[in-house]
Amino acid sequence: MLKDITLGQYYPAKSVIHQLDPRVKLFGTMLFIISLFSFRGIPAFVLATIFLIWVIHISKVPFSYMVKGLKSIVVLMIITGLFNLFLTPGEVLVKFGIFKITYEGISSAVLMVVRLMYLIIGTSVMTLTTTPNQLTDGLEKALMPFSKIKLPVHEIAMMMSIALRFIPILIEETDKIMKAQMARGADFENGNLLKKAKAMVPLLVPLFVSAFRRANDLAMAMEARCYHGGSGRTKMKPLHYDKTDKIAYVTLISYFALMLVLRFVWVKYIV
Amino acid sequence: MSIIEAKQLVHEYIRRDEEGNVESIQTALDHVDLHVEPGQFIAILGHNGSGKSTLAKHINALLMPNEGTLYVDGKDTKDEKNIWDVRQTAGMVFQNPDNQIIASVVEEDVGFGPENIGVPTEEIWQRVEKSLRSVGMWEYRAHSPNKLSGGQKQRVAIAGVMAMQPKCIVLDEPTAMLDPCGRKEVLRAVHELNRKCGVTIILITHYMEEVVDADQIFVMDEGHIVMQGTPKKIFSDVEQLKKYRLDVPQITLLAYELKKEGLPIPDGILTREELVKILEQQVK
Amino acid sequence: MAIQLDKINYSYSVGSAYEVHALRDINLTIEDGQFIGIIGHTGSGKSTLIQHMNGLIRATSGNIYYNGEDIYAQDYDMRSLRSKVGLVFQYPEHQLFETTIFDDVCYGPKNQGLSKDEAGLRAFEALKSVGLKEELYYQSPFDLSGGQKRRVAIAGVLAMRPEVLILDEPTAGLDPKGRDEILALISKMHKERKITIILVSHSMEDVAEYVERIIVMNHGQVMFDDVPHEVFRHYKELEKISLAAPQVTYLMHELREKGLPVDVNATTIEEAKSEIMKVLGKKTC
Repeated sequence: MLKDITLGQYYPAKSVIHQLDPRVKLFGTMLFIISLFSFRGIPAFVLATIFLIWVIHISKVPFSYMVKGLKSIVVLMIITGLFNLFLTPGEVLVKFGIFKITYEGISSAVLMVVRLMYLIIGTSVMTLTTTPNQLTDGLEKALMPFSKIKLPVHEIAMMMSIALRFIPILIEETDKIMKAQMARGADFENGNLLKKAKAMVPLLVPLFVSAFRRANDLAMAMEARCYHGGSGRTKMKPLHYDKTDKIAYVTLISYFALMLVLRFVWVKYIV
Repeated sequence: MSIIEAKQLVHEYIRRDEEGNVESIQTALDHVDLHVEPGQFIAILGHNGSGKSTLAKHINALLMPNEGTLYVDGKDTKDEKNIWDVRQTAGMVFQNPDNQIIASVVEEDVGFGPENIGVPTEEIWQRVEKSLRSVGMWEYRAHSPNKLSGGQKQRVAIAGVMAMQPKCIVLDEPTAMLDPCGRKEVLRAVHELNRKCGVTIILITHYMEEVVDADQIFVMDEGHIVMQGTPKKIFSDVEQLKKYRLDVPQITLLAYELKKEGLPIPDGILTREELVKILEQQVK
Repeated sequence: MAIQLDKINYSYSVGSAYEVHALRDINLTIEDGQFIGIIGHTGSGKSTLIQHMNGLIRATSGNIYYNGEDIYAQDYDMRSLRSKVGLVFQYPEHQLFETTIFDDVCYGPKNQGLSKDEAGLRAFEALKSVGLKEELYYQSPFDLSGGQKRRVAIAGVLAMRPEVLILDEPTAGLDPKGRDEILALISKMHKERKITIILVSHSMEDVAEYVERIIVMNHGQVMFDDVPHEVFRHYKELEKISLAAPQVTYLMHELREKGLPVDVNATTIEEAKSEIMKVLGKKTC
């Protein structure tokens, strides 16, 4: 149950996408998301789909992994879809009572659901092909200019990468404590809201205690390995762009340019 | 020159109440002397609360003595400017394998130490490869630590320390949370580092089977070093060990019991082979 | 016949590429009042097995009977089963959460629906039986030493007055002193209260000294299920699955090979001593 969460789960493989600079992937994901929310019309949709499938294909991550992430937002997708379906004004197709389905409603519902799906899959491509550490490295470097205005960029990045490392451990721990309390007769499922909230105390207190103990241990272990903040630190995997990264940038920008062309030119003149 | 030289170390844990008044003082180390030569394999025994972890943390400058001095490779740990040198010279491996692995990929974790001390990128990679190979974990370099067994995680932690090229490694109960297989793996790795790379090892443990190959054993009790010597010498004194609530290897205990029954068996039997040989002679 | 497992199978991640068959056709009968050791290396299925016994994990197929009643029956009261079959997890001290030791031990009895007084009585009794000093009862459990915390956690399960007590590696991470104390405590409970005890352990030495029956698990199957010396007779097979018989067993076998007529079934130091003395004692006298 709790173990199904794929957040921060890196899928190890050797692919072009895996080897890309994380900054490229961050930039690419952003560009992809923007393109999703600005596109219109079938051709743009087809282009985005082809682009996404192509990227997934060369990333060598099984498609089922991408879809796993969708499970958690199924409810959100349904709600978004229904809202768009019923609340978009326009040419009425079917009508029951106060509900009416319009042509525009269908198209915008489909559009929104597809956008959400692609958004999740697109970000999954990034998180599945980039280790959390690379990701934070990428963020750290991309945000470095802000350290001039005293933003603790290195510290934030370090905190993020540690959090990502410990999420699976804490999930497993939650599972264990839950079972241990159930063996002592705890009931996490029945009763009203207040009772349920009260039943969480025997779960949350040990979880916090354990998190603090781990934090303490980890701080000591980091200190023992000479960690003293970001100054004077070198990088095992320093970020520098090579040829593939440049090609990737060009590809991304061409993709985006094409989407813009489809958005403005195609829509204006052809349709 | 000795690698570790402790002179009259005293460490007190002071507990204060909310107003900052001293509530209780607990002396964890009480005038401890310790002398370790480079390349030695040292074991420290003692039950929980005997002060052995406190001593270990001093060697890595994670704790400072209240009294006395501690030299690691000739450097005084109390001197602020030596702190990073000391931590590089004497690496430390802790009990819980999960709580000392920082990165989400094995190789990145091993590279963490060298990154901190400013090693150039190319050399970091060389060091990572060398240390992962030295503990037999090179094949797992791209794995997530969460998918490894306890013994493997602990070997990654050891590699992480090795990558800083220490002269000495302090292991604070590294096998306490492992199963018998994991314990063996870790012990084998540690012995190999000691033999092949000449790294000084200070092993803190509860498992007596793990210390029979050590060069020197120190037994701690209530902040003092109460026994000191070769395994043979330490395990000759079964009564004394029992007094300090320590385990005695089964074979040693059996030999001791047989001796009490009147068989002419020497003290300090450590291995099965020894005991079999002696009993065989008895028959003849 | 307290617990009966009938053809238990358990798989997780069913349907995905990662499907794991954790238990395969387990048939076991746990008799009342037995002291049983379950041994197996990490991943052999022993932890999964014991969680079936109090219904925390539901088998993929097969039946479990507690005192003859099918625990998977529609109207079976699973929560009452959990109080009859007490399960102490690995590192049980991590589940402590109350502000005082006493309140923490009361948690189980309260969940059973007992009155405050009755729960308090049970807690008092349980804490006494784990040998914790009375002046500690109203202190925070987080201030105790590792061994003491563990005893409090065991008391938390004992306070529910289980008929069967299952302990998953109760000595893990403790020092020799704590180890001996916990094992002595478990053995005392078995003797005095006649509780059925199932001890999951890695340590053959611990198990050999206390239990009357050993179940060896391997790859989700029961490999051996017999009295200790019969199980240890297979020490070569045990080694193949990276387990080992107690040192004493090896010694006795080696002595036998060298021509000493000792009984190789000795598994504890006491037994080995008397065996060796039987053979050698006569000659020296």
